Amino acid sequence: MELPSALSFELVTPERSIVHESVDEVQIPGSQGYLGVLPGHTPLLTTLQVGELWFRRGAERSFVSVAFGFAEILPDRVTVLAQIAERAEAIDVDRAEEARRRARERLAGSTANVDFERARVALLKSLVRLQVASHARIRPPAGL
Amino acid sequence: MPSLIDMRRRIRAVKSTQQITKAMKTVAASKLRRAQERITGARPFAQLMLGVLNSLATRVDPALHPLLAAPADRPPAPTLLVVVTADKGLCGSFNSSLLRRAGTYVADADREVALGLVGRKGRDFFVRRGFDVRYEDINVFTNLRYTHAQAVARAAIGEFTSGAARDVYLLYNEFKSVLQQRVVVERLLPIPRLEDDSAAAAEALAGHLFEPTPAEIFDELLPRHVETQLFRALLESAAAEHAARMTAMDAATRNAGEMIDQLTLYMNKMRQATITRELIEVVSGAEAL
Repeated sequence: MELPSALSFELVTPERSIVHESVDEVQIPGSQGYLGVLPGHTPLLTTLQVGELWFRRGAERSFVSVAFGFAEILPDRVTVLAQIAERAEAIDVDRAEEARRRARERLAGSTANVDFERARVALLKSLVRLQVASHARIRPPAGL
Repeated sequence: MPSLIDMRRRIRAVKSTQQITKAMKTVAASKLRRAQERITGARPFAQLMLGVLNSLATRVDPALHPLLAAPADRPPAPTLLVVVTADKGLCGSFNSSLLRRAGTYVADADREVALGLVGRKGRDFFVRRGFDVRYEDINVFTNLRYTHAQAVARAAIGEFTSGAARDVYLLYNEFKSVLQQRVVVERLLPIPRLEDDSAAAAEALAGHLFEPTPAEIFDELLPRHVETQLFRALLESAAAEHAARMTAMDAATRNAGEMIDQLTLYMNKMRQATITRELIEVVSGAEAL
């Protein structure tokens, strides 16, 4: 069987469609671990965790932070349904820092009425967003 | 008979009302455009979601999941009707036709009906009349987020799984076009059985891997499906509200224009009559001399 030469990649959230383009490779934060997808991947359906997703087209990689949802992978198509997704360029670093600080505080405080699971997820989300945002910053500006 | 000054005052009052309705129409039009964009943005997610759900349904026995239970197996509890109204008025028959429909639904139902209310108009209406209200949320439409839909979905699923509600229906205004809104009733829970084109879907999924198991994915997917449905309904309602307000305010502006024309005509006739009468008085006064 001939392998498809590219993946048609679609990333949507309940609010809007974030990415819809043809790419060469995608890395997805699956609930059982990160998985890289190249054209011709075995059909797969997985849930997502909080994490960093990237897709590559030629040499250019774009990063997106995602949290919760599903991904359907077919040999020539990848569809990601994420509850939350933000492209690296769109992440507000100050807000993420603030969220991280608050989550840390909540985890550090040992009062009984702290919802640890929620605080943990909030911390995780803010860390991922910061990490994704840092990728946007080190990328050379367009035209170089 | 009103004096000329009274008439002038009246015309000025109508004019300022017209300015307000005109402004409201413009605002509604721009909000409508944004609301329409949001619906278009939300559509792909709902569609893809349905696709995944359909393909999964062939791999898992849908009867296993509580959210898919057949209505006959449910406990004899009231029906939960989620009514989505607007927060504000001045949008024609948008709220009233919805509330009328809710009223007939409650009256015609063969069992008790509990209510879940989104939007201030519906809440004020039903709470004042002492209905069994299980959930209420107001002021969601100024800044509508997915989390609002999640909150409603959580409440609905909670009522449903705890057995406090036999089934859950959704009543809202669907945005058909700018000139047309349609009141629709949809069953939210138990989730209606999916379209059965399973043979093709099963074939397509024959080689699929699942992470984690299909059943676990299903468990996560179904509540999301309910949320997505609700989110779509809220977006539809928001767009329909702006459309209804735009149409209503357009009509109001036009009516105000007509009223101004009529009042101006009347005022001019009055002025003419006064002048004529004064002329006659002068002439007949001169003749008498």
